[in-house]
Amino acid sequence: MATETAPAAYDSKIEGNIIFTRLDAAINWMRGNSLWPMPMGLACCAIELMATGASRFDISRFGAEVMRFSPRQSDVMIVAGTVTYKMALAVKRIYDQMPEPKWVIAMGACASSGGMYRSYAVLQGIDNLLPVDVYISGCPPRPEALLEGLMRLQAKIAKEDSLLAQKRELLDDIG
Amino acid sequence: MDATEAASKLEQELEEDFHGSTVFRGEVSVVIPDSRIKDALKFCREALSFDYLVDLSGIDNMDEEPRYGVIYELYSYQYGCHLRIKTGVDEAERELPSVVDLWPTANWHEREAYDMFGITFKGHPDLRRILMWEGYPFFPLRKDFPLAGKQSDMPDVAFSESAPLEGGPFVTSPTSAGTDKREPRSRETHS
Repeated sequence: MATETAPAAYDSKIEGNIIFTRLDAAINWMRGNSLWPMPMGLACCAIELMATGASRFDISRFGAEVMRFSPRQSDVMIVAGTVTYKMALAVKRIYDQMPEPKWVIAMGACASSGGMYRSYAVLQGIDNLLPVDVYISGCPPRPEALLEGLMRLQAKIAKEDSLLAQKRELLDDIG
Repeated sequence: MDATEAASKLEQELEEDFHGSTVFRGEVSVVIPDSRIKDALKFCREALSFDYLVDLSGIDNMDEEPRYGVIYELYSYQYGCHLRIKTGVDEAERELPSVVDLWPTANWHEREAYDMFGITFKGHPDLRRILMWEGYPFFPLRKDFPLAGKQSDMPDVAFSESAPLEGGPFVTSPTSAGTDKREPRSRETHS
C-alpha cells in the first residue's frame, strides 16, 4: 500500500543544516521550480503571455521567467495562439528539438481546440501533434489563468517518478 | 478631375469595350471585359494618373456567367479620387494579364487572388501561393469549397483536415427579439 509521504522533512533538533527528502521529490522540486518556457507565441495569446512575463504579473515568482528562444534550452513549450496548418509542422519540429524532460501548455481556446476557427486553415488543437500537459481555457486567457496553468503543471511534475523514468531510459540505452 | 470624369474619359478611350458605369453612394464602378482590361488599366495609370492601386481582389459569382471576377480599386493622389474597375474572368481560362508592371503592389495581391481563387495572371514575375503552402491542392475561397476545409497532405510541409463544424456554420439574422432568438444558430434550424 502506497502511503503519502511528505516530500521533505526538516528537524532542527537533529542536525542544523540537513533536510531529509526522497530523490524523486528533490528532482521534481528542482524541475518544477525552474521551468524554462519556450514561448511559442502565434497570436493574441502571446500578448497575454508577455503580460504574464512582465512586472505586474511576474511569472518569475514561479521560477519560469527564463523565456528561451532556443528550443534546446527550454523545458516547457507554451503554445500561445492559433496554430495554422502552415505553422503546425514548424511547431512540431521545435518541440522535437527540446531536450527531455519536456512539457507542453496549450494556452487558450485556439491552441487547445482550434477555438473559433472551424476553418480550412487552422489545426483543430495542438494535441493533434504534441502531448499536451495542461490546457488553459480563455480567449485569450488572463495572465492569472496562465499562472494557474503553470502551477497545475508544477503539481503534475511533483507527482512524476523521475528517477524511475531515468533508470528506464538508461536500461533502454544499454539495450 | 473626379471619378465620373475619369469614367467618361475611359469610355472615350475604349468606346464599345466600355461596359457601363454605376454610381453608388458616390463610388464610381466601371465594367471592362477581360480582353481590354490591361489597356484600360494602363490608360488609367498613365493618362488619368491613377498612381495608387488600393486593392485588387478576386470574387467568385457561383452559377453566374462569367463565374469569376477581379476588382481593381484605384486612387489618384493628384486628383484625390477613387475609381473601381471590375472585370469578369472566364471559368475555363481563369487568366488575366498581370498589372505588376503598372503597380508593383499588385504582385502580392495577384498572388493572393491566385491562392484563393486559382485565377492566374499572365506576366506575373513570381506567381506562387502566398497564404496557403506550395502544394496545397485546393482554392479555399471558391464558393464550392467547404468552410470546414478538405483533407490534404504535403509530406514535411503541411497537412490539413476537415474541421468538425458540429451542425454549423452558425449564422445570425437581424431581429428585434430577445437575445435567445438572436443567438447564432445553424442554417437548418433557422426558420
